[in-house]
Amino acid sequence: MSQFLQQVINGLSLGSIYALIALGYTMVYGILKLINFAHSEVFMVGAYTGFYTAGALGIEGMEQRGAAFPLYLALVVLMVAMGASALLGVLIERLAYRPVRSAPRLTPLITAIGVSLLLQNLGMLVFTPNPRRYPPIIKEVRFELGGVIVTNVKLTIFVVTLALMLGLWYLVQRTWTGRAMRAVSVNLDAAKLMGIDTGRTISATFAIGSALAAAGGILFGLDQITINPLMGTLTGLKAFVAAVLGGIGNIPGAVVGGLLIGLAEQLVAGYVSPDYRDAITFVILIVILILRPEGILGVVRQEKV
Amino acid sequence: MADAPVLEVTDARVSYGGIAAVKGVSLSVNAGEIVTLIGANGAGKTSTLKSIVGLVPLKTGSVKIFGQDIKGKQTHEIVAGGVALVPEGRAIFGNLTVRENLQLGGFLRRDPAHQKRALERCVQLFPRLGERLSQEGGTLSGGEQQMLAIARAIMAEPKLLLLDEPSLGLAPKIVQEVFAAIAEIAASGITILLVEQNTRLALKTANRAYVLVTGEIVLSGDCQALQRDPRIRAAYLGEDVHA
Ligand SMILES: Nc1ncnc2c1ncn2[C@@H]1O[C@H](COP(=O)(O)OP(=O)(O)OP(=O)(O)O)[C@@H](O)[C@H]1O
Ligand SMILES: [Mg+2]
Repeated sequence: MSQFLQQVINGLSLGSIYALIALGYTMVYGILKLINFAHSEVFMVGAYTGFYTAGALGIEGMEQRGAAFPLYLALVVLMVAMGASALLGVLIERLAYRPVRSAPRLTPLITAIGVSLLLQNLGMLVFTPNPRRYPPIIKEVRFELGGVIVTNVKLTIFVVTLALMLGLWYLVQRTWTGRAMRAVSVNLDAAKLMGIDTGRTISATFAIGSALAAAGGILFGLDQITINPLMGTLTGLKAFVAAVLGGIGNIPGAVVGGLLIGLAEQLVAGYVSPDYRDAITFVILIVILILRPEGILGVVRQEKV
Repeated sequence: MADAPVLEVTDARVSYGGIAAVKGVSLSVNAGEIVTLIGANGAGKTSTLKSIVGLVPLKTGSVKIFGQDIKGKQTHEIVAGGVALVPEGRAIFGNLTVRENLQLGGFLRRDPAHQKRALERCVQLFPRLGERLSQEGGTLSGGEQQMLAIARAIMAEPKLLLLDEPSLGLAPKIVQEVFAAIAEIAASGITILLVEQNTRLALKTANRAYVLVTGEIVLSGDCQALQRDPRIRAAYLGEDVHA
């Protein structure tokens, strides 16, 4: 039982990270019907921005002295990474996607793959291909709860994810930016007729999705200890599957999908074989595409005429 | 006429991939008027309206709203100049509530005081919407969706309202209700350009009319005169006229 609970906790924390990344895929898809393959590299850049920001704030010296990195500095690291990735996301949309927006749908898709490859290679050039140990922005403390080992890192992942989700919910449901985003995702021309500057709304969507991916990148570094410039490929793909599983374009769906993929991965790793932990994601993808292609929370909407 | 017309379209041409849909349309709408643009399927009515709000580009010609050329402006900027379009097929935000649809209609007028006042006015105009504010727009009936589309368009208090076939697909009783509301909107001082295929109704509602045939205006004038015109009666009112 305690082993099961252990896998569940590990699965949910990994799933939280997938969910944070999946949100960006689903929001951009919802608004532009574009699979933003470069999103996985925005996640990677977020992780590296956190890495370098923590370094610039002197985390190494503190570690050597045995001092913990202060919480407020950890928040600074998070904010800087989220800001940098938001900017990167907006730039990608402006420079790469906007010019091809009215081209046939295949063109933006290929552009997205191109941007993704470009950023991976730039990452290897700038960050070097060597894996880096992630700095202990949160110094790990382990404690046992009824036979289950919980760390403050896992708790941090849950708290940060929950806070960001609540923030996102508020933004999408209760603010004018959120209303504009939902309007654009239903009907671009109708949104324009409301007086919405759809270009700005699309930028805002990229900024928000990218910032969430950056948070996912930092949490991933804390959880998985090392990062490298290709970290986005597999993790990004799993997050994308999570978005499809939940129903692409559906925000709560991305969260549900992320958590389920994380859980499935850990349970398979724990009870079947660690060798299959990556494969299970794709088994799930195939099953969902056969049984319910619109995803768990996706709806097939019929327009009334 | 000292003032510039509210809307002045001059020699507008619109084409889709080389195929001309609007071939040099000129029309004007003066303050306080209801003007109708009638024509058969595919005549280019929707394309003309879309070009006025910048949803399709003009190939040549110009559109002036309150004397200002829309050239180079994006739709949201044109709309901010006091124009609203109720699009063909309504284009309700189906998974947003009726209230949210209305709020978005007033996107350019976001202060809570205005929102509250405008929403009350919409509910007064269409009491059915008032009962359904927290329902998703997509669950409304066709007639209710048309009412919502019109209400949404007047949330920002436009000075010029463009309507694209508001009677399309509605039962006669609902059409009456919708057109009564349109008349009330006009009476409140909003200038209207009404696109319709229901010629009889359009000529009854409007002051002046333009008749569009395959992208060109072939006839225009006072509605009362046009109602008696044998060409109109034969071609659009389905009457057997021996002229
Ligand atoms: N997006 C488009 N791409 C290509 N052709 C188009 C497009 N929209 C309209 N057309 C063509 O342009 C012409 C005019 O269409 P438009 O929709 O403006 O006519 P309409 O008078 O509004 O017709 P209806 O009464 O059926 O709504 C038609 O021949 C139509 O097929
Ligand atoms: Mg039309």
